[in-house]
Amino acid sequence: MLTTLLQNIINALQWGSFYSMIALGYCLVYGVLRLINFAHGDIFMVAAYIGFVIVGFLLKFITGSGMSGWLILAITLPITMFLTSLLGVFIERVAYRPLREKGAHRLYVVITALMVGLILENGNLAVFGASNRKFPEIIDKAVYTFGNVRITNLKILVIVAAIVTFIFLQTVVNRSKIGMAMRAISYDKFGIPLMGIPVNKVVVFTFIVGSSLAAVAGILFGMSYPVLDPYMGMIIGWKAFIAAVVGGIGDIKGAFLGGFMLGFIEILVVSFFSSNLKDLIAFTILLIILVIKPTGFFGVAKSTKI
Amino acid sequence: MSLVKITDLTQRFGGLTAVSDLQVDLEEGGLYGLIGPNGAGKTTIFNMVSGFYTPTEGTINFDGNVINGKKPHSVTALGIGRTFQNIRLWHDMTVLDNIRLSQHYHLGYSVFEPFLRTKNYFKNEKRIEDKSMELLGVFNLQDIAHEYPKNLPYGIQRRVEIARALAAEPKLLLLDEPAAGLSSADVVDLIDHIRWIHDNFDITIWMIEHQMEVIMNLCQYIKVIDFGKTIAEGTPDEIQKNPQVIKAYLGDEGDIYA
Amino acid sequence: MGNFQQKSLFTGGGIVFALLLVLAKFGMIDLYVQSVIMFIGINIIFATSLSIVNGYMGEFSCGHAGFMAVGAYVSSVLSVLLFTENSLLGGSLLPPSSAIFLFPFIILIGGVVAAFAGLLVAFPSFKTRDDYLAIITIAVNFIIVTALNNMAFVGGSRGFMGMKKVVYAMTDVVKLPYMLFWVGTFVVLTIFLIRRFFTSTYGKGIIAIKQDEVAAEIMSVDTNKMKIIAFMFSSGLAGISGGLFAHVIGYVNPSSFSILKSTEALVMVYLAGMGSLSGSVISAILFTILLEILRPFAILKWVIIPLILILVMQFRPEGLMGDKELPDLFPKLKKYYKFK
Repeated sequence: MLTTLLQNIINALQWGSFYSMIALGYCLVYGVLRLINFAHGDIFMVAAYIGFVIVGFLLKFITGSGMSGWLILAITLPITMFLTSLLGVFIERVAYRPLREKGAHRLYVVITALMVGLILENGNLAVFGASNRKFPEIIDKAVYTFGNVRITNLKILVIVAAIVTFIFLQTVVNRSKIGMAMRAISYDKFGIPLMGIPVNKVVVFTFIVGSSLAAVAGILFGMSYPVLDPYMGMIIGWKAFIAAVVGGIGDIKGAFLGGFMLGFIEILVVSFFSSNLKDLIAFTILLIILVIKPTGFFGVAKSTKI
Repeated sequence: MSLVKITDLTQRFGGLTAVSDLQVDLEEGGLYGLIGPNGAGKTTIFNMVSGFYTPTEGTINFDGNVINGKKPHSVTALGIGRTFQNIRLWHDMTVLDNIRLSQHYHLGYSVFEPFLRTKNYFKNEKRIEDKSMELLGVFNLQDIAHEYPKNLPYGIQRRVEIARALAAEPKLLLLDEPAAGLSSADVVDLIDHIRWIHDNFDITIWMIEHQMEVIMNLCQYIKVIDFGKTIAEGTPDEIQKNPQVIKAYLGDEGDIYA
Repeated sequence: MGNFQQKSLFTGGGIVFALLLVLAKFGMIDLYVQSVIMFIGINIIFATSLSIVNGYMGEFSCGHAGFMAVGAYVSSVLSVLLFTENSLLGGSLLPPSSAIFLFPFIILIGGVVAAFAGLLVAFPSFKTRDDYLAIITIAVNFIIVTALNNMAFVGGSRGFMGMKKVVYAMTDVVKLPYMLFWVGTFVVLTIFLIRRFFTSTYGKGIIAIKQDEVAAEIMSVDTNKMKIIAFMFSSGLAGISGGLFAHVIGYVNPSSFSILKSTEALVMVYLAGMGSLSGSVISAILFTILLEILRPFAILKWVIIPLILILVMQFRPEGLMGDKELPDLFPKLKKYYKFK
C-alpha cells in the first residue's frame, strides 16, 4: 500500500516535472508580455524532434567511437536548446513583434500564436509524415530500488531538471537586472522604453530562455516516453498551460507548483479510476478551480478602475 | 424629505480604509456637492451608492430602500443615474442607441419578443425611441442622434452622457467630475446646463467636482472629505472660509485668505 | 419587413433556393457539389453562432466545437433511436416515416441541449474575461470531447453511426433532397434570428457589454443575464450546426470536435471581422470553398490556412469587413435590407 503510494508519488513527480517545465515557459512569456504563447507546446514538440534528429545523426555517424550516452546527451542538449531558441526568436520577431509594436489588441496576438502552433504541428506532419518516430535510447537505465519502490536515473534527472529550472528562473527574474526589466515591462509596456530599458532585447531574452526550457523538456520527454508524434505538444501544451493558470499564470512558483499539481491529479486518477478518465477528471478539476479562483492560487487579480 | 440617507459608511480595501464613518443626508430636490483632494474617496462613495462596490460597513438608504449590496443595474432601476469622470459612452453605437440602452431595465418585452417581433415589441421599441428623441430634443441634441460619440466634440459628449443618465428618469443624478476635460467656455455652458436640468426636472443632483467655480455657483450644500473622512460641510460661503478645507487643499503654508 | 425591395429579395432568394432543390432532386447537381453546399451552410451557422459571443459581445470563446459536438450527438442519438434499427440502441421507437416531420425538431432539440451546455461557460464568464475565459472555454471543449470518448453507449472514441439510415427513412417515403433543404432552412433561420436580435434594443445590450461593460451594468443592463442569453444563443445555434453536420456525414466521432474544429470557427469569425454578420457569412463561404480547393494538398492545407489568418492579423486585423455590414460597402443594397 505504502509502496504503491510512494511509487505513484515518484511517477507523479516525474510526470509533473514535464508539465512544470512547460508551464514555466508559458509563464515567462505571459509574465513579460501578457501574451499566452499558444505555440509554446508545439515548440516543445519541435524541440523533441530536433533532438531526435541530432541524436539519430550522432548515433549513426559517430557511433564507431562508442560514444557514451551521457556525452551524446551533453552534445545534443545545447545544440537543441540553441536551435529551439532560434525558432522561438524567429517566431517572436516575425509574428509577434510587429503586432506588439503596432500596439495591436492582445486578441490578435493570441490568435497569431494559435495559428503558429497549427503551422508547427502540420508542418511537422508534412515533413516527417504521419507515422510516429521513436526516440532512440541514449543513456543506460539504472534502476535504484528502495524496498519495493523503483526509481530510474532518468526519473531523477527529470525531477532534478525541473527543480533546477525553477531555481534558475526565480533567481534570474527576481534577483537579476534583466529580471527586473522583465517584471517592469509586464506592468507598463509603453512607458518602459522611456526609462532606457531596451524592451526588444529583454523580450528576445525571454523567448530564448523560454524556448531553451522547452528544449530541455523536449529532450527529456523524448528520453522518458520515446514515442514522438506531431500532436504531442498540443495536448501536453494545453494541459501545462491550464496548470500554469491554475497555479496563477504570470507567477513563477505558481506555474511550477501548478505543473506538479496537475501531474499528481493525473497519476492519482489513473491509479484510482481508469486511465481513460484521466484527462476528463483532470480537466474538470481544473475547470472547477478556475471558476472558484480564476487568477489561480498565486495569481494577482487585476481590478478595473471606474 | 430625505432622499438619500447614508449612515456609518465605511469601505476597506484590504489594509486601506478608503472611506470611514460617512454620514450623508440629502433632501429631495437639492443640488449637493462633494469635494476633496485627489484620492480622498469621492468616487469610491459614488461607486458604493451606484452599487459597484459593496460597503464594508454602514447602510445606504435610498428613497426608503436599503441599497447596499444591490447590483448596479438594480440600483439604476430604483432611480439613480450616473455619469463618469472619463466619459463612458458607447462610442461605436449611435447617440440614440446610447440613450435607448439606459432604459434597458424597462424595455417592457421579454427576451423572446425580439425574435418574434410581436405587437408589444414594436409598441415598446417605439415608446423608447420616441422618449429618447424627445429627451435629445430637450437638450437640442436631436440633430446628432445618429452620430457616433467618438466623432463629437468633448463638450457635446458630456451632454450626451448626462442625457443618457436622465433617460432612465432617475430621482438622483450622480455627476462625477462633469467639468473634467472641458474648456473654460464649455464649463460655463455646463454650469448653465446643470442648473437648467435641476430647475426643469424633478430631480436631486449630487456632484463631485474639482473646479471650484462649478461647485460654488451651483451647489446649495457641500461636503468636503479628505482621506475618506468628512472634514467639513456647509453652504459654499461657509466652506470657502473653513480653515480645515483650506488646509486640506493648500497645505499649511496657504493662509491666502487670512 | 414590409417594403417591396425586401419582399423581392426574399422571393428572389426563395426561387433560387427552390431551383437548387429541384435540380438536386433530379440528380442534376453533382453529389459532391451538393455536399459542399451543405458544408457551406453548416459552416455559416457555426461561424455566425460564434460571432454572437466573439463578435458582438467581444469575448474570447475558443472551444465552440464542444457545443457543436453536444448538438451533433444529442440529435444523432435521438434520431437513430427513434427512427432506425441500430446495433447499439435497438429498434426504432417510432415509425421511420415520421422522420419527415420530426427531423427539424430533433435538430432543434440538439440545439436546446447545446444551449444548456453553454451555461458551463456562461456562469464563469460573470467573473472572468479575456485570457482566463478563453482557457475555461478550451477546458470545456476538452471536457466535452473526453466525456464523449468515454461514453461507450454512443461508441466512445470509435464514433457513432446510423444517421444515414435516418435520411433513408425520409427518402423512402418521398425522394427529396432533405438535408439540402434543412441545411438551407436553418441557415436562413439562423441569420434571421441573429439579425432580429441585434437590431433590437434588447440585443444591443450585448454590444454595450463589449464596448464598455461597466457602463452597461451601471446603465441598467443586467450584464449577467445578457451573458447567459448570449452564450446560450451561441451554443444553441452551434448545436444545430452540429446536428446537421452529423446527419450530412452520417457518422460522428469525438475527435471531429476537437480544438482544431474550434480553431476553424475562430478563423472564420476573425477573418470576417468581429462585428459583422454578413462578414461571417461571406467568410464561412470562402473558408469552406478554400478547404475544398486545398483538399488535394491534404496536410499543407493546415499550414496554409493558419498562415492566411496570420497575414490577416498582421495587415488587416479588423478582418475583411471590420465592423461593417454588406450594405455599408454597397450602399445600393440598403434598399433591400437594413442592418442597423
